[in-house]
Amino acid sequence: MSNESSHDQNVQRRDFIKALATIPVFGFFLANLWLKLKKDALKRKNLLVDLVQEKKPPTIIKNRSNGKHLNIGIIGYGGRGSHLVRGAGFATKGWTDYAYKANQENNLHKAYSTFMSQDDLNCSLIGVCDLFDVNADLGIDASKNDTGPGGAPKYSAKKYMNHREMLENDDIDAVIIATPDHWHSKIVVDAVKAGKHVYCEKGLTRTFQEALDIHDAVKETGMILQLGHQNRQVEANDKAKEIIDQGLLGPVNLVELTTNRNSQWGAWVWNIHKDANSKTIDWETFQEPSPNKIPFGPEALKRYFRWRCWYDYGTGLSGDLFSHDYDQLNQIMAMGIPKYASASGGIYFYKDGRDVPDVWHVTLEYPDRDMTVLYSATLSSNNSRGNRIMGHDATMILGGQSNAGGVGGFSVEADRESTQYRERIEKGIINTKYPIYNYSPGSKQIDGVTSATSQYFANKGLLYAYRDGKRVDPTHLHVKDWLDCIREGRQPKCNVDVAFEEAVTCAMATESYLTGRRVEWDPIKRRLV
Amino acid sequence: MESRHSINSLTTINNAQLYGLVFLRVIVGWHILYEGVAKLINPYWSSAAFLLDSKWIFSGIAKAIVSNPALLTISDYVNVWGLTIIGFCLMLGVFSRYACVGGMVLISLYYLFSPPLLGLEYSRPGEGSYLIVNKNLIEIFALYILYLFPTSHKIGLDRLLQNKLNLKGLS
Repeated sequence: MSNESSHDQNVQRRDFIKALATIPVFGFFLANLWLKLKKDALKRKNLLVDLVQEKKPPTIIKNRSNGKHLNIGIIGYGGRGSHLVRGAGFATKGWTDYAYKANQENNLHKAYSTFMSQDDLNCSLIGVCDLFDVNADLGIDASKNDTGPGGAPKYSAKKYMNHREMLENDDIDAVIIATPDHWHSKIVVDAVKAGKHVYCEKGLTRTFQEALDIHDAVKETGMILQLGHQNRQVEANDKAKEIIDQGLLGPVNLVELTTNRNSQWGAWVWNIHKDANSKTIDWETFQEPSPNKIPFGPEALKRYFRWRCWYDYGTGLSGDLFSHDYDQLNQIMAMGIPKYASASGGIYFYKDGRDVPDVWHVTLEYPDRDMTVLYSATLSSNNSRGNRIMGHDATMILGGQSNAGGVGGFSVEADRESTQYRERIEKGIINTKYPIYNYSPGSKQIDGVTSATSQYFANKGLLYAYRDGKRVDPTHLHVKDWLDCIREGRQPKCNVDVAFEEAVTCAMATESYLTGRRVEWDPIKRRLV
Repeated sequence: MESRHSINSLTTINNAQLYGLVFLRVIVGWHILYEGVAKLINPYWSSAAFLLDSKWIFSGIAKAIVSNPALLTISDYVNVWGLTIIGFCLMLGVFSRYACVGGMVLISLYYLFSPPLLGLEYSRPGEGSYLIVNKNLIEIFALYILYLFPTSHKIGLDRLLQNKLNLKGLS
């Protein structure tokens, strides 16, 4: 009897032990999990708390557009002009139909919903001026389209043969200028003198003198000017500024900015419209401010549609792409105008009759700040080098503003010889192989301890595009900033002072390339030496 | 005499075979559990990145899930909790045959949404070299073996559950 019961007890005990045999493994799992969490928490504590002293919430976009209704005009309704007008809330019927259909076919195509969810900016497009009739008609069409964030437009646009006629219309409060660069300064000066506020596409001017003209005219008249660097609205750049202002990179002596493109489109070999001819294009007005004139013909058509390829109308890489990367850096580090600029390059790939270089480099010297800024561009390689702000303690790597794909995030990597982080590197808290900080637009926050895979995706901006319901076009925000400032009498983010710095810096680089000498800025006499 | 363990009505296995199968169950469980917990403790994890990179026949479904916030939220929950619960069950040997089936379904989805087939290129960095067969496929078949040769009624909490059921049946 007692033997049987002890046997039963033994069996029960054995059952119990076998049933719970893997519990210690689970305990071991939990213990290791706890150690890992503790280690990660320590990493976070040592990185994030230091790195982001104040965690600013994402910018909330408030609708300030309920004040005065503004009437705007567009001068130059081409590729960029139509995008800007869309940013204000007006797209052609053709575009809204196309974007709607594209979304029906592939719901990852978000252009339509991005456009329709824009804030209603409480404005009307009432004037369109374009030297190419086809584009002018498209602009009129956009002003009448009922499909838009603001619903049916209050007024529709009138077509003007030239900008002077448009500026005579007292109902127009403000104009968007998206003409080729050689027209910018004349139109901006005429517009502000006529009492119109101005949004002008970058690069601000073709020459140094034009930059002075614009600056002085805007200052004298007190009108609001916004230069078209929409990167000013990109939160990643503000975050980058916070980090650098906190000294987390240590002393910065060298910055590298790059442009990498490798397509016909990227090299400004744009389509010549099939309906373009001497009747539909006002060629003489087009070339009015350019130093060299040619008669209308096939060469003129090429120049009309691919104007960025000639110094008569623009400044090539300087005003188109260098200006973007310079402005991003100016936004992050308040660089201002350099003391010296020297540039070099050549036409090495696109031997198609252009006179602007397709490989081009600039060195900007800032002796007062112990800094050199290098810019390097190619139009025949997509090898994306990004932009690097190189400090003694850490390097910030930003997706280049001028590369295809545009606005990305940034990461910060500690330097293995850093003074600031030495102790943490020695303790193994900071691993210099991995970024100590990662910012990706649209993701909910910053994560200092992410896996290689999620970092990869963050840098690609994939999370940004699809994760958080609303996706906003920076161009829309930039136009909105301008209109809000007009109503409130404030200065916008890319105001005339910032625009002047951009224009002078670009002009210095262009002049250096064209003359083959180092160009110096004399801030007292406001001249180039 | 060597002890034999009956794992179903037809099969008996020896000690080494039993411990081998238990060990396999526990390490597969460990892996799946940590995959779940790692996602659970990372508030910024989302299945979106994986789904967006999906190739082959299910890529359309994957993109539809990503573009619908409700579906994406469901997908995130199913992944995080599915993995965590399945891993827990395998490790402790509780409801482990159901856990094997659940694990096979879930991991089969991972395999089918991005199989390492010839001609498919993925943008996420790979951590190994795979040609058709990858770790997911191997884990699916490991789970299949564990399903066919269950061990949790010998070593695992299922042993207690089974005893209780047997007692109930007797009374």
